[in-house]
Amino acid sequence: MNRSLSGLLPGRSSQPGKRVLPGFALSLGVSLFFISIVLLLPLTGLIMQTADMGWERYWAVVTDERVIASYKVTLWAAALASIINGLVGLLLAWVLVRYDFPGKRIMDALIDLPFALPTAVAGITLTALFAADGWYGQIFSLFDIKVAFTPLGIIVAMSFTSLPFVVRTVQPVLEDLAPEDEEAAVSLGATDWTVFRRILFPAMWPALMTGVALSFTRSLGEFGAVIFIAGNMPYVSEIISLMIFVRLQEFDHAAASAIASVVLIASLILLLGINLWQARYLRRLHGR
Amino acid sequence: MSISIEGITKHFGSFQALKDVSLDIPDGQLVGLLGPSGSGKTTLLRIIAGLETADGGRILFHGEDVTGLHVRERKVGFVFQHYALFRHMTVAQNVAFGLEVMPAKERPPAAEIRKRVDMLLEMVQLGQLADRFPAQLSGGQKQRIALARALSMKPQILLLDEPFGALDAKVRKDLRRWLRALHSEFHFTSVFVTHDQEEALELSDQVAVMSAGRIEQVDRPQQLYAEPSSQFVFDFLGHVNVFAGQQNGTLLNQDDAWVRLPVGAAERVGQTAQLYMRPHELTLQSAPAAHAHLPLCIESISLVGAEVRLELSARGWATAEHWEVGITHTQFNSWQPARGDHCFAVPRVAHVFQAEGQAPETIRWQSGELDDPAAMI
Amino acid sequence: MHERKTMRAGDQPWVKWSLIAMAFAVTMLMLVIPLVIIFKQAFAAGGANYWANLTDTYTMHAIGLTLLVAALTVPINLVFGVMLAWLVTRFDFPGRKVLITLIDIPFAVSPVVAGLLYLLLYGSNGWLGSWLMDQDVQLMFSWPGIVMVTVFVTCPFVARELIPLMQQQGREEEEAGVVLGATGWQLFRRITLPNIQWALLYGVVLTNARAVGEFGAVSVVSGNIRGETNTLSLHVELLYQDYNVVGAFASASLLAGIALITIVVKSFVEWRQARQRAPLDDQSDNR
Repeated sequence: MNRSLSGLLPGRSSQPGKRVLPGFALSLGVSLFFISIVLLLPLTGLIMQTADMGWERYWAVVTDERVIASYKVTLWAAALASIINGLVGLLLAWVLVRYDFPGKRIMDALIDLPFALPTAVAGITLTALFAADGWYGQIFSLFDIKVAFTPLGIIVAMSFTSLPFVVRTVQPVLEDLAPEDEEAAVSLGATDWTVFRRILFPAMWPALMTGVALSFTRSLGEFGAVIFIAGNMPYVSEIISLMIFVRLQEFDHAAASAIASVVLIASLILLLGINLWQARYLRRLHGR
Repeated sequence: MSISIEGITKHFGSFQALKDVSLDIPDGQLVGLLGPSGSGKTTLLRIIAGLETADGGRILFHGEDVTGLHVRERKVGFVFQHYALFRHMTVAQNVAFGLEVMPAKERPPAAEIRKRVDMLLEMVQLGQLADRFPAQLSGGQKQRIALARALSMKPQILLLDEPFGALDAKVRKDLRRWLRALHSEFHFTSVFVTHDQEEALELSDQVAVMSAGRIEQVDRPQQLYAEPSSQFVFDFLGHVNVFAGQQNGTLLNQDDAWVRLPVGAAERVGQTAQLYMRPHELTLQSAPAAHAHLPLCIESISLVGAEVRLELSARGWATAEHWEVGITHTQFNSWQPARGDHCFAVPRVAHVFQAEGQAPETIRWQSGELDDPAAMI
Repeated sequence: MHERKTMRAGDQPWVKWSLIAMAFAVTMLMLVIPLVIIFKQAFAAGGANYWANLTDTYTMHAIGLTLLVAALTVPINLVFGVMLAWLVTRFDFPGRKVLITLIDIPFAVSPVVAGLLYLLLYGSNGWLGSWLMDQDVQLMFSWPGIVMVTVFVTCPFVARELIPLMQQQGREEEEAGVVLGATGWQLFRRITLPNIQWALLYGVVLTNARAVGEFGAVSVVSGNIRGETNTLSLHVELLYQDYNVVGAFASASLLAGIALITIVVKSFVEWRQARQRAPLDDQSDNR
């Protein structure tokens, strides 16, 4: 569900023919039509807007100090959130796959909550929890840490919304591990930690990396969950998406477009990278 | 309904799966396409069905060109290698499918469909499983349902893709008998694909041996076995014992082993030659014959079956694979060989292949040249 | 599932139960408690107040608009998803891989950027938008714009559920159907659809959940006109910024309810799929 799809291509042996099964023309027509109108056509608006700007203006907007600050805030927060998700996600995936315990089905189902919950709802909920008078905020105040309305809040929000990615990418890989590999290692005298370090982890880490990368990509673009808890102070806790929004509200469509183009290109490169990575590493491990 | 295959070629990307393949299948015959994987046999079968399209050539059913006809219009029955039963339908629904999707004008009434399905299930003796789902069936049962489904439309041509490949030996034997019986009763023309030579030779009226996209030989099974026309076919069907040697006067010689070529044979055999001998074309003796000195050592003895199979290794000379020779149980009981015993092989007939794809030269030794009946086992 | 007596790595009780305890703690802290808070805050001023919040005019309108958006988005993406899945799993053609990658785009793009793309094209300054304005058609800052942008954001979901499944199931059953004489629609209705029904259901439910909850993209194109162009998510934001916290959480609780239904459906779907994969134990007459 959360994997990108290009690792799942049919091998040559299936060789589907255009004419044996019906519906090629229809499905091709509908798909191309839809993709052009919905996905590709809107890109023309952005391209025209940024083309109109001219290179100098574009560069000036994109490297404006406040904008650069927002890049940093977003990138740092997304990176930290993804690392946290990597660890927490690994723990959850491990526990769900390897052990049986009461409440396991409920835990498994709940993992998808951040995926299904509207981001605005997540935003106000996390704010309520981490504000100085919230349940978690109060505990953090004991250590003099403020989470809400600071960059820390951004990390929390990003971590919440992207959590499922790591879990759902690692789970299938863990499930597919053959117990025989571990048994062979144990019979040769390896300790649990060694088995984990040298057999299990190498098998899991491509999926783990993919999940972390997906989590990172999602976090970069996260808006609804972040803006309630972030505080949105320029140069300090303003994310890129908000930057775009601000420029829009100033009716500076050109600037908004310019910044958006940067985000778009970065996302597409990340997407492509993840697809290529999956195609290479996940296929190698699973022999597809 | 006869099938004519004329000059079929097929590429998959840069790989050529079929190279100008032609074959004639008379009405009512059961023909096997036999060959190793990659030989193109499944591709050919699918082209006959219309599940693939050829790049060149024609397919004719009963003289009519069906090359451009869509698979749906060809009205053939097809049994898939992994059965392809509709997993969400019951057995009865699976078998009824072909009848239920007929256009309204041609479709029989529901009661008649039900009757036909019952009859088909009775024919494959699985009437009691009508309401089961494919996941609840064993492999052999699934295969029979797949067969019943393929026959539901009363096809005149039945095509089977490795129909018994995934089943165990006893089930395979039963199903083979089955298919043969069905074929005799309903007289459709059948083509099936297999890599199992025993299956091909047992079931078929004719066998087409394929290799690397070409048909090597088409013949009745007995002919194929007795008179293979190429090295590939010889190698592929049954075990072959090979003696490689250099001509040395009238002898063909390799290290400690030699064979004396009969009069007139020396010219038909090249300077270096390989003699191909089937297991039944050799006998074993405790001492060498006058025309052959082929010392062997018994490696293993296989007692199961109509005859006793001995696996032998060469002593003082070399072979690529162990030799196999069959002896009767009576001979075995009187000889009582054991692992490690030494003996000598005496060829009666041998085959020599001069060049790739050519028919072999057959060399026979007259019975007068065989020596010392007392030394025979 | 094997019956194993040998211990695998991490099976020792102390390791196992500490890990489970940690996982449990994380689940509580990150997932369960937020859910609890939503409902706690929503009912903070009592049940009657909760009901009043939900039946408030603007809330009702937001609910109505959200339902409209979902009612349009889901069928459109359902048809598209099925068509695309059929196309890429049953045929081979140049550009197939490209299509599969393209469909991931909305997944990777920030929702604000998505909204911006549509605004730039269909807004009054866009080349298409200004032409439409001349025809007296305004798509942005009204419900059609919201629908379009929601379609963009949710279009991958059905396809992403179906493609791996249909890939794994292979085309043999459909081929068998064609050989037996079935037409395209018969193939789809009788063979394909029953095989994909649960994944399709989940795809639809997920599309619905995301359509209902979309915030970033809709923020950009809606104009936030209270009572006209506010979906439920935007309404939540509006109430929150008005310091009507209880009201905001009341609406949020509806959305959370939909999220819960979504994950229940997913659990059900997975249970059904697992049951299908394991053949039923009834091999009594084995031959």
